[in-house]
Amino acid sequence: MNMTDAQALLLAKALVLMGQGIGAGLALIAGIGPGIGEGYAVGKAIETIGRQPEAKSSATTTMFIGCAVAESTGIYGLLVGIVLLFVNPFLKHLEG
Amino acid sequence: METALAAAAAAGFFDTELHVEVLGPKKMITIMNGTEEVFAISETVVTGWVIILFLFILMKWLTSDLKLVPTSKRQVLAEWFVTFFNNLVKENMGSKMMHFAPYIATIFTFALTGSLVSVLGLRSMTVDINCTGTWAALTFILITFYKIKSNGFGGYLKSFAEPVVVITPINILSEVATPVAMALRMFGNISSGMIISAILYAVLTVLSNVVYNAMSLNIGALNYFHVFQVGIPAVLSIYFDFFSSVIQSYVFIMLTMAYVSDAAGKEE
Repeated sequence: MNMTDAQALLLAKALVLMGQGIGAGLALIAGIGPGIGEGYAVGKAIETIGRQPEAKSSATTTMFIGCAVAESTGIYGLLVGIVLLFVNPFLKHLEG
Repeated sequence: METALAAAAAAGFFDTELHVEVLGPKKMITIMNGTEEVFAISETVVTGWVIILFLFILMKWLTSDLKLVPTSKRQVLAEWFVTFFNNLVKENMGSKMMHFAPYIATIFTFALTGSLVSVLGLRSMTVDINCTGTWAALTFILITFYKIKSNGFGGYLKSFAEPVVVITPINILSEVATPVAMALRMFGNISSGMIISAILYAVLTVLSNVVYNAMSLNIGALNYFHVFQVGIPAVLSIYFDFFSSVIQSYVFIMLTMAYVSDAAGKEE
């Protein structure tokens, strides 16, 4: 089958978009790690509060900070996904 | 059902726009030289000015007409605000670093209001990597300043080659990663909330259109009133706007305090 240049470019763009979609989906797998980690942290905090109810406020504060810090790896994956979906960094190479 | 869906698709009921500008804030003010753009001021900066003005007036009002024994509610509020940040800084940085309390309070209040303007339908200041990056850069400058102050410039350079010289590139990387991680954490959290809210609005638009179409409802201009958009986004807004903003602002100041007091050295 012979393709015109315009058709070939369209196909190439479609392939790039497909790759970006798959890549964005794969990047968001990074959310698994923080999910498990934060769940573990919250569980431990609840254990602490159960054992020492008087430490509730400091345990909660520390837990939230730890969760937010643990979340950053997930956020990096999210940012990669956002860039792939909305910025389309690889399409520029085709248009040059 | 299938024909109804097909008819709905043909009528353009599934066409919805995602009202989200992830690529960055709008340019509010542009200074043109002929046709060439010289200088542009983004939405973030203009929102920031409005917030600064608002906070200035609020703080002026809170601290006006102070008395030794507070008689007004607003003085009690102002004193609670000051005491809260004084205690926070004393707890986390030690009483030697008490001069940091105004800075920490400023960053927290600015970050919190900057994130919470999304409740008013504006674009959050923190959905701009330039904004969070600036705050993280300020923290980085403070860390470096206190490291040089406590170790001397030679000691500061030498600390990169510890414990062994081979590890220097990793030390430099981890030094740079601190502000980058702080900026990205806040930016990523608030912007993901914004994107999810925008996607939710788009989905609810489609849902309302499908329901109108299935009920063969044609109510003229009211077709553009999407009934499912009432109420449902507000529930998610509690998490994505309020909870997320408060936690991220708090984490930002906690990390700033931890890093700076760590750089300033141990206190007896």
